[in-house]
Amino acid sequence: MRKSWWKILCVILLFYTFIGGFLMDVPRLPALSETIRNLYFHVCMWFCMMILFSASVVYAIRYLRSNKLTDDIYSRHFAAVGILFGVLGYATGAVWMSYTWADPNNSSFQSFGAVAREPKLIGAAIALLIYFAYMVLRDSISDIDKRARITAVYNIFAYALLFPTIWVIPRILPSLHPGGENGNPALDTKDIDARMRLVFYPAVIGWTLLGVWITSLKIRLSLLKEKRLLQ
Amino acid sequence: MRKIKYLSALIISLSLTLITHAQDDKVDMADTMRSNGRIYVVVAVVVLILLGLLLYLVRLDRKITKIEKNSG
Repeated sequence: MRKSWWKILCVILLFYTFIGGFLMDVPRLPALSETIRNLYFHVCMWFCMMILFSASVVYAIRYLRSNKLTDDIYSRHFAAVGILFGVLGYATGAVWMSYTWADPNNSSFQSFGAVAREPKLIGAAIALLIYFAYMVLRDSISDIDKRARITAVYNIFAYALLFPTIWVIPRILPSLHPGGENGNPALDTKDIDARMRLVFYPAVIGWTLLGVWITSLKIRLSLLKEKRLLQ
Repeated sequence: MRKIKYLSALIISLSLTLITHAQDDKVDMADTMRSNGRIYVVVAVVVLILLGLLLYLVRLDRKITKIEKNSG
């Protein structure tokens, strides 16, 4: 194992997230109750996804400047693990919203109609679909250099679309996500309780490091495969 | 490497015996694992899962390093 300080930091921060996230004090809010602790898990998935997609686009640009295939491999795997975290964020959000937003007195079909209008839900779905298309595009081009160049350019477009779909549109439309009235449905540094910040920021770092760790393993495997092909 | 593996297995099994032991010595006493709506039980379960996943990741990392050394 390649020993690095950040892997140890990742393990420590994640254990802190899981223990502190369950046991430390949180504000008592109506409707949310204890589910407010999902902030340490559900929201962190999206943060991790954003950071991994950012790393992916950085390596895509690096590939276009350097034409080195290793940069293309880095870019691909950062995007793939980013998608994984995005799907996890979506799935956890689906569970969370069924017990907070959905109306228990309505049939699930009717309350789904209300929840499905949530702009962040649609925006995140579009963003993820664009990245699914990135993977499809990669596998549909057999020439290695052509694939790397075309998908690097597509990656930049996908990243540019990520911002309107998950950052801009949810701020314009009315949203069920908290903080929508202040025009900032994502992270408002004045809105988040000080007690929750103690766990939330370390949790974001811990989850992101976990994502980077998994990505680094995937990259190393695929570099090995590449080496074997050349020999 | 092997020592660390044995040591972690030992720690897990020791903590498991602690948990089971707490259940049978006194009936309905409010010890830690039974207080607070038994949230500590959930924490123990989640931490065990996290521990398992991270150990798996570490093992995977080691295996890949071994292959890298052999091929390089």
